[in-house]
Amino acid sequence: MKKLSARRRHPLAAVVVLLLALAATGGLYAAFAPAEKAQADSSSQSLAIDEGKKLFAVGCSSCHGLNGQGTSDGPSLVGVGSAAVDFQVGTGRMPAQQPGAQVPRKKTVYSQSEIDQLAAYVASLGPGPVVPTPDQYQPSEDKLTNAEQVAKGGELFRTNCAQCHNFAGKGGALTDGKYAPSLEGVDAKHIYEAMQTGPQNMPSFPDTTMPEEQKREIVAFVRNTNDEPNPGGLALGSLGPFTEGLFSWIFGLGTLIAIAIWVAAHTTKAKKS
Amino acid sequence: MSTASGTNSGASKPASTRAKPANKAEAAADWVDGRLGIYSLAKANLRKIFPDHWSFMLGEICLYSFIIIILTGVYLTLFFKPSMAETVYHGSYLPLNGIRMSEAYASTVNISFEVRGGLLIRQIHHWAALVFVAAMFVHMMRVFFTGAFRKPREINWLFGFLLLCLGFFDGFFGYSLPDDLLSGTGIRFMEGAILAVPIVGTYIQMFLFGGEFPGTDIIPRFFTIHVLLIPGIMLGLLVAHLILVFYHKHTQWAGPGKTEKNVVGMPLMPVYMAKAGGFFFLVFGIIAAMSAIATINPVWAYGPYRPDQVSTDAQPDWYMGFAEGLIRFMPGWEISVWGGHTLNLGVFIPLMIFPLVLVAIAVYPFIESWVTGDKREHHILDRPRNAPVRTALGAAWISLYLVLLAGGGNDLIATHLHMSINTITYFVRVGFFVVPVITFFVTKRWCLGLQRRDKDKVLHGRESGIIKRLPHGEFVEVHTPLSQADLHTLTSHEQPEPLELPAETDENGVARKAGVVAKTRTKLSEGFYGEGNQIAKPTSEEYLEITSGHGHH
Amino acid sequence: MSHDMSENLPEAHGASHGTEVVTHDDPFADPGLPAHEPRRTDIDERAAKRAERQVSLMFVVSMLATVGFIASYASIDADKLVYIFPLGKVSALNFALGMTLGVALFCIGAGAVHWARTLMSDHELPAERHPIEASDEVRNDVIEQFKTGAAESGFGRRKMIRNTLIGSMALVPLSGVVLLRDLGPLPEDKLMHTGWAEAKPAEPIRLVNMNTDQPMKPEDIIQGSLTFAKPHGLEESDEDFQQQIAKDALMLVRIAPEDIKDAKSRDKGFEGILAYSKICTHVGCPISLYEQQTHHALCPCHQSTFDLADGARVIFGPAGHPLPQLKITTDEQGFLVATGDFDEPVGPSYWERKR
Repeated sequence: MKKLSARRRHPLAAVVVLLLALAATGGLYAAFAPAEKAQADSSSQSLAIDEGKKLFAVGCSSCHGLNGQGTSDGPSLVGVGSAAVDFQVGTGRMPAQQPGAQVPRKKTVYSQSEIDQLAAYVASLGPGPVVPTPDQYQPSEDKLTNAEQVAKGGELFRTNCAQCHNFAGKGGALTDGKYAPSLEGVDAKHIYEAMQTGPQNMPSFPDTTMPEEQKREIVAFVRNTNDEPNPGGLALGSLGPFTEGLFSWIFGLGTLIAIAIWVAAHTTKAKKS
Repeated sequence: MSTASGTNSGASKPASTRAKPANKAEAAADWVDGRLGIYSLAKANLRKIFPDHWSFMLGEICLYSFIIIILTGVYLTLFFKPSMAETVYHGSYLPLNGIRMSEAYASTVNISFEVRGGLLIRQIHHWAALVFVAAMFVHMMRVFFTGAFRKPREINWLFGFLLLCLGFFDGFFGYSLPDDLLSGTGIRFMEGAILAVPIVGTYIQMFLFGGEFPGTDIIPRFFTIHVLLIPGIMLGLLVAHLILVFYHKHTQWAGPGKTEKNVVGMPLMPVYMAKAGGFFFLVFGIIAAMSAIATINPVWAYGPYRPDQVSTDAQPDWYMGFAEGLIRFMPGWEISVWGGHTLNLGVFIPLMIFPLVLVAIAVYPFIESWVTGDKREHHILDRPRNAPVRTALGAAWISLYLVLLAGGGNDLIATHLHMSINTITYFVRVGFFVVPVITFFVTKRWCLGLQRRDKDKVLHGRESGIIKRLPHGEFVEVHTPLSQADLHTLTSHEQPEPLELPAETDENGVARKAGVVAKTRTKLSEGFYGEGNQIAKPTSEEYLEITSGHGHH
Repeated sequence: MSHDMSENLPEAHGASHGTEVVTHDDPFADPGLPAHEPRRTDIDERAAKRAERQVSLMFVVSMLATVGFIASYASIDADKLVYIFPLGKVSALNFALGMTLGVALFCIGAGAVHWARTLMSDHELPAERHPIEASDEVRNDVIEQFKTGAAESGFGRRKMIRNTLIGSMALVPLSGVVLLRDLGPLPEDKLMHTGWAEAKPAEPIRLVNMNTDQPMKPEDIIQGSLTFAKPHGLEESDEDFQQQIAKDALMLVRIAPEDIKDAKSRDKGFEGILAYSKICTHVGCPISLYEQQTHHALCPCHQSTFDLADGARVIFGPAGHPLPQLKITTDEQGFLVATGDFDEPVGPSYWERKR
């Protein structure tokens, strides 16, 4: 990890990033250029792979090996697919900062176009889950269909996800300091990719056992839970009876005892006034 | 009513000796008295004296939250369907639309979203339940640390203890009723615990659930237990508890004019009617406001119970948290006994420690009175510092409870403090044995320190903060002597002598060996009151000597 | 002020006892009840009037809050949501009803207590206590009465009556106990087997994916994935679904065969696909917190941890034995099937369970 941050501070790093950014702009232009679509696609694809390879060499190879074959510090990326890269780098987990039980989510280091290039490069190492398109992961905008998706997603979530991530997606503890992270504020795309690829210790839920439609329903449920109102008042972290107990002691009993002190106290005597 | 006034008593009938009532109200009271004898009852109680202290109102918080629970509980039964029949939800809460669930769960969701005010009443019911048990806990601790459980109140202590235990269980049954994912997990845990009972476990399980888990009987049965059986017993105990409080008259703190033979305070009518009556509304008001601002048990978010689904952070309500801690920190011991039968010690041992933890505090009054050999009535409360061993034992018990509570919430502590659940569990395993011992010694020292400070205060007065320079240059702080009232308050407590072993020979000179029991008792008594376990309180001779020497200082 | 005070002090200092101790003798002696000191409202009629107004104001506020409660009940829709800082988006009805009810009740209480504290007499009065114990005279009298009654009954003398009464009283509750028999069936071997018992080598039962309700082929289960399954034929709409799924639920994982440490477990699986019971052996929570890199499965209820790569051996926590594993294979069409039951009972252990 130290090696990585050292390299990021290399005098030439800025130049490399600038070049990459220029290349990415070009790549994007090529991607959206209307003329000769097919040809542009394949050429932009290979361009992206090349740029990705360069980015990879600078930012990732110290742990994952120059060709993504893996080292003692990081697993092989052959066959993890572009979705895994998009998730890991897109949520800021990669590049990892320090060793620990688990690599946490943090601020993203790379821009989305750089992530796309890295993803393209890693995808070229071996076939794997592909970054999903919005129509794969976006729940329906239609209110009724969406509600249906939320209901179905809720049941799927309780079967497949709640055991680790808690009924409201607040996350929970795993063994030896590992944890299932909170799903609050996570992009629909990243939730979908996590299910597809199974990052870190999370198991994957491939299309063969959980079809695309069902993943979309789960995304719909999580998003609904994230913005859901709390009809009863403060959700107290949606952590169940533990925080409710704390609240009843501190706020409930605390207030009542304060009132009891007032009720029982002797009224101020006139002498003191 | 006209007969009641008895104005036209016939000449043939014996005339009532009672004077003519002054008004309608008196007439009505006379009528009732003629049937119920209320005047004699009121004579002793209408101007009954209650001492003023905030800690004496903790019991009232329990009483009032219990009343609130009954009121709201009755309302909830009007809408709740205690049935495990399957239904498909099509109510107004869309995220559950089309989901299969039990009638119990569906009706709870309906109470929350369809019945206007239903959510509020549900939340008041549940918040009041948490406050109820918490208040009982604090009330019990107040009684414990002040020694208010001593003769003649031991039986009332037991009534209170039973109320606390029944409160635990009624709470558990209550939160099991909605049949949501969390409560179902709790029932499943209970099933597993029952199965761990040797020999009869499977039978109890089958009889309780009416077959295999979960079956369709458990919620209706829990409903009856929750709304009828346990509250009925509790109501009886509560009435007995209150009658005894009236009968014994309240304890009081030491102070000028307060003795073992009197009780000083304000009369029930009018002061305590207004204060205690008003306090009911204050408690209800606070709990209603709590229910307006904070969600409790959002069953709609948990989803309906399915035995193959679970959410992490599965915890019971706080008062069962210590049982959860016991079961979590236990190693997985399972042994074979008697020709291949299985004894699941990993569950059975916690199941046995659970009542032991509670009974340990319940029997304490009897242990203390046995150790001290004190058979007198006590109405003046001890300050916790003046009973260091008792206070230390109580603190140790609380610390044990807290360690177990932390063990019961180890997953949440792990995620919120970035620790490993394994580490926390190992800590609890050690802490279960070590923390109470440390707490005992620390608390005892602390009490002794406070006793020393009291002694200083009595002998040398209160520190005034004023520094005076003596003629020969020495700086001293001026101490203001205490008033006689304060001196009395600080020195009026008793300091029992430790028991001594009965003489080795009786009055006839026949050798009589002291038994093991007598020896243990003497040892314990020494531990309670022996050297180093209390600081001798100042005597008036000491005081007079110091104060008279003041001028020559 | 002192002049005002004196007229408000009907009880003389220490009058309660009349046992004033000469202070010189014992500096710690009880000086008796302190003199009553008046409150401002006792001596200042204006202050008393003010307190009266305050109390009434609270009662009026309570009345207004009750009106507000009724108005909220009638006018606010049950599903209306409002944003209230710092609570977030909450039910408008719940908040309005709770707050108005809270204020209505609180103000009654606060008014009453303020009234008691400021306007009712605050003279501390002593009341005598009497010992709870009866006097010896009463005690002896009662014991005498009891003895007379007991002798008149002949309970001690007529042994036959006594013994038969005790016998009948001891037996009569048995009827109540017998009546409890139909609370449930006897355990028999109900806990010993699961729904998978219907699978025979000749008629295997397919594993059905809990999500899709479809049978699965081995290639559907990839390494690192987690899948939940139930036996073919068990439907959510079945009457006994809850009871069945409480025992039949499976968790399928695929581990590289060379990583599977337990040979017996590997043999029960199919090409590294292992089918474990989802029901924890501790107290029955659905255990499914599967860490795909460590192959550990953690129970969310009591943190029992099982190593799925090592025959689901317990490596941490209170569970007493490994998760049962279901032997699986494929049928002619290539779907994953079970050919029999678990070879041990699933779920929490119990007395009759053979280890």
